Amino acid sequence: MSVKILSSVACVALVAGCSAGNYEIPIETPLTPKLDISKFQRVLIAGFISGGSEDVDANLETARLLRSQLRRNSVLEVIDADVMPLLDIADEQIRSSARNAPPTVPDGFAAAPGAEADADENAEDDPLGEDDQMTEEELEAYETIFANVGFWRDLGEEYQNPLILTGTIYFSPHQQSGMVTREREVYDSFGRRRTTPERTYRDRRGYVLSPKFIFIDGETGATVYSERHREEILYDASQNTPALSSYFELMDRLLPSVLSAFSNQSIRGTRTLLR
Amino acid sequence: MNRRTLVALALLLLCASAHPLADAASDARAQVDFGNKVARRGLWREAVYRFQRAVEYDPTYAAAWNNLGIGYEHEGRMGDAREAYETALDLDPNNVTIETNYDLFLEVSDRVSEDPQ
Repeated sequence: MSVKILSSVACVALVAGCSAGNYEIPIETPLTPKLDISKFQRVLIAGFISGGSEDVDANLETARLLRSQLRRNSVLEVIDADVMPLLDIADEQIRSSARNAPPTVPDGFAAAPGAEADADENAEDDPLGEDDQMTEEELEAYETIFANVGFWRDLGEEYQNPLILTGTIYFSPHQQSGMVTREREVYDSFGRRRTTPERTYRDRRGYVLSPKFIFIDGETGATVYSERHREEILYDASQNTPALSSYFELMDRLLPSVLSAFSNQSIRGTRTLLR
Repeated sequence: MNRRTLVALALLLLCASAHPLADAASDARAQVDFGNKVARRGLWREAVYRFQRAVEYDPTYAAAWNNLGIGYEHEGRMGDAREAYETALDLDPNNVTIETNYDLFLEVSDRVSEDPQ
């Protein structure tokens, strides 16, 4: 809440206290859910196409984290299943669609526009296993799997048509150098401590997390909703922060948004009725 | 007809014409009072109805528009709430209570309309 609003609230409380007939009243504003989950009883966290840092298995960690959060915060039953190696599956699909060149595309396996060109490129480049670290652009090439309605419909059928949560997770080291403002402690002649702002040049290292969450209807195999986020965190270069703790710190920031897709939430507050 | 009679007649006419306005204002006030009472008991649908009646009776009644904004906000009708708050502020731009309600509403409204895509 901004300082302006806080001071206004204080003023209003004062005025409301003084003037008869103004009532402070609690209200609850409903948030419109991002997607209608009423037709689903269960949710399957299928797995994620992950890339970037090899220090964290973003596919496994994201699936684990979302499952535990959803068990606590959602009315949907979370299906216990092995986390799918979605990157390998997507890679295999791209290769097979490159081999089975046009004109025959199996029913339900219609790739997204431009996917075949990507598939050819990827088949030649062989991005899996050779590069130490996949770039965000390379990761995007695998997103054609989400347009493969037949694949998701089959998976949905296997688990009695749940809501399927999947997507891509890019988690990668990141560094930035530049001027930063820091507080410097100084003591005056009387020994009193005070702090002064100081601009210094610093090397900072950290991580960037760029996930795309995709919600798929297990009955039709179609994407019903998707959302993309980007978060980054930087530490002083001298600090040695483990990749996994950075990953959880970044995921913490965007979890409320992801979870809000599953439940009807409301925002509580107070307003003042006038007469 | 002397001047005194003319003034008396004019006053009489003024009172006669002012009376419906006074009625509307007091009806609006009664609606707001009742709306406030039921809102405090959590009967928001009835409260919103009363505040709507109040602004129909007296469209210049800033407090009624403010309360209607709160009612709409509680019902999740964010567009209507915005209009009601903004009308209230247009009618009474220096009212710090309305301004605060509106600022708080805007914070919530930003979160509701947040689209991460």
